[in-house]
Amino acid sequence: MNKVFSRTKGLTDVPFSFCPGCTHGIIMRLIAEVLEELNIIEDTIGISPVGCAGFSQDFFSCDFVGAAHGRAQAVGIGVKRALPDKVVFTYQGDGDIAAIGTQHAIHTAARGEKITSIMVNNAIFGMTGGQMAPTTLEGMKTSTSPYGRNIAVNGYPIDLPRIVANLEGAAYVASVSVDSPKNIIQAKKAIKKAFQVQLAGLGFAFVSVLSTCPTNWGMTPSDSLKWLRENMMPVYQMGELKVTEEAKSL
Amino acid sequence: MEKVLMKGNEIIGEAAIRSGCKLFFGYPITPSTEVIEYLSKHFPQHGGTVLQAEDEIGAIYMCYGAACTGTRVMTASSSPGISLKQEGISYSAAVELPMVIVNVNRCGPGLGGLGPAQSDYFQSTKGGGHGDYRVIVLAPSKAQELYDFTMEAFDIADKYRNPVLILSDGFLGQTMEPVILKDRPQVPEFDKSWVIGGCKDREKRVLASYSLTNEIGEANNLRWEEKYKEIQEKEQRWEEFFTEDAEYLLVSYGTTGRICKSTVINARKKGIKLGLIRPITLWPFPDKAFVPYKDKVKGVVTVELNTGQMIEDVKLAVECKMPVHLYRRQGGMLPTENEILSYVKDTFGLSEAEEV
Repeated sequence: MNKVFSRTKGLTDVPFSFCPGCTHGIIMRLIAEVLEELNIIEDTIGISPVGCAGFSQDFFSCDFVGAAHGRAQAVGIGVKRALPDKVVFTYQGDGDIAAIGTQHAIHTAARGEKITSIMVNNAIFGMTGGQMAPTTLEGMKTSTSPYGRNIAVNGYPIDLPRIVANLEGAAYVASVSVDSPKNIIQAKKAIKKAFQVQLAGLGFAFVSVLSTCPTNWGMTPSDSLKWLRENMMPVYQMGELKVTEEAKSL
Repeated sequence: MEKVLMKGNEIIGEAAIRSGCKLFFGYPITPSTEVIEYLSKHFPQHGGTVLQAEDEIGAIYMCYGAACTGTRVMTASSSPGISLKQEGISYSAAVELPMVIVNVNRCGPGLGGLGPAQSDYFQSTKGGGHGDYRVIVLAPSKAQELYDFTMEAFDIADKYRNPVLILSDGFLGQTMEPVILKDRPQVPEFDKSWVIGGCKDREKRVLASYSLTNEIGEANNLRWEEKYKEIQEKEQRWEEFFTEDAEYLLVSYGTTGRICKSTVINARKKGIKLGLIRPITLWPFPDKAFVPYKDKVKGVVTVELNTGQMIEDVKLAVECKMPVHLYRRQGGMLPTENEILSYVKDTFGLSEAEEV
C-alpha cells in the first residue's frame, strides 16, 4: 500500500504543545515541508524568538539558536554573515518582530540581508496571556485593552509587510493565511518562495502568516478562523506584496 | 615584529585582525569610534567583515549569532552604548559564547561627557545585565597592553566559552603611543563541538538559554558558578610595583594605574615607602595579590575615576584589616601624580624625608 501522508523530516518527533485550534502547528509544518522539499534541513539554522513561537527550537529538526525577545533577525544576521552558504530563517510572532524588534525588521530588509523571516500574526501577545500587540485591531479586547483598542490612546495596528515591501533590500514579501485548505496551499507556496529567494541570494524574504489564538481571543477554534477571515483579512493587505523580477523568475 | 605609532582604539582593531577575528558588529560612539573606523578600512583585506548595525542592541545580537557558529567576533562601544548591550551580554554569558567586547569608558551617568572615566567598574565586574553571570574583564593601561590583551582576550574567551570585556577608557583610546605588533602566539585548539552550522551527520543542536523547569534552571546556574569559580582560581592577574617593602599601597587600574606608578616613584624619592598593586583582571578581581600584604601594610588608597567602586573589592580583599581610602577624580578629569601623593601624605600624616 502506498503511504500518502506521513510526518515531514523537517520536524522532530516532539509533540506540539500549542493550545487547541492554534495555527502555529500548521505554519511550522509548512516550513518543515519546505525545508525537506528543498533538501536543506541539514544546511539550515533556525532562530527562535520569545513567545509561543519560541518553542519552534524543539520542533524543527534543524540546528537552532534561541534569541532574546525581538532580536531573532539580528542573531540570524550574525549566523548568516559567519556562514553565508547556510540557510537562516527566523520564526517570530507579531509581538516579537513588530514591537520590540521593529528596528531589526526595518534594517534587515533595508540591508537586503539574505535571510528568511516568518512572522506569525495573531494580533495578540499569546504566551504572556493575551495582551495588546502592535497588530491588535481597533476595538479588539485584550487584557491590556479591556475596553477594546482605542485608537486615540493606542494608535493603529501596524501592517509590517507593507512597510517592509517598500524597502529596496526586500526581494520577496508576502502576507498569507492558513485559515482554509486553499490558503494553506498558498501559504506554503509563499514560504517556499521565501526560502528559494534566500538560496538564490536575492535579498531579504519576508512572509507574514495570519494566525489564530483561540485561547486568548476567547473563541472556539472554528469561530477563531471565521473571526480571522472577517476581521484581520480586511485590515492586513494579503497576497504577494513584493516580488522582484529576479524573484519572479525562480 | 614591527614597532609603530598608533592610536589606542586603532591598536585594538589591529590586534583583532591579527587574532583571527572575522566579524565586527558595531555602532559609532565617541570615544570608541576609531575601532570601527580602523576595521572598516583594514578588515576587508584580511577577509573580515564590518557591519555597522542599526543600533548597539542589533550589534551585540549579531555578535551572539556569529559566536554561535564558533567564528571569532568582536564589538566595541563606549559607556552608554555598552549599557544598551547589557541584555545581549547576559544572553551571551548564558549561552556561553566566546566574544570580545570593548568598552572605551567615558564619563557618565546619562549622556555624560567624552573624557576618560572608570565609572563602569560595577557594570563591568558585577554582571552588568540581568541574571547572575560574570564576564572576564581585562584592564589595559598602555598601548602595548591594548594590543596584547585584545589578542589574549580572544583566546581566553574561547578557552572558557565566555564573553571577555576589554575595559579601556577615553584617554587610552585616544592616545597615540608606540606599540610592537607581535605575532599571534601559538594557542591550543579549542573545543568547538558545541557550535551550530547545520546538522549534517550529527544530531541537531540548539543554543539557547531558555528553561521553564526550575530544577534545570538551578543546574544551569550551578554549572556556570563552577566555571566562574575556576576562572577566579586560575585567571587573576595583576602587576606589582615597589610592593615588597611597602608600608602603604596604592591600588589602581588602567589609566590611573599608570599615573600611580609616577606617584610611587616620587614617593620613594621622598623616602615614603609606597607601592602599587595594579589589577589587570578586574573580574576575577585579583584577591590573591593582597594576601602577602594584608598583615603588613599600614594603609591603602584606591585611585579611581568614579565615586569609589573598586574600593569595595579592595576592602574585601584585605578583609578591612587596615584603613582603605579613596582618591578619585570624576567627570572626565584625571589626577596628577602629585595630587595623589599629597592625598596619601595628608591621609596617613606622613612627612617627607630628604630627597633620596
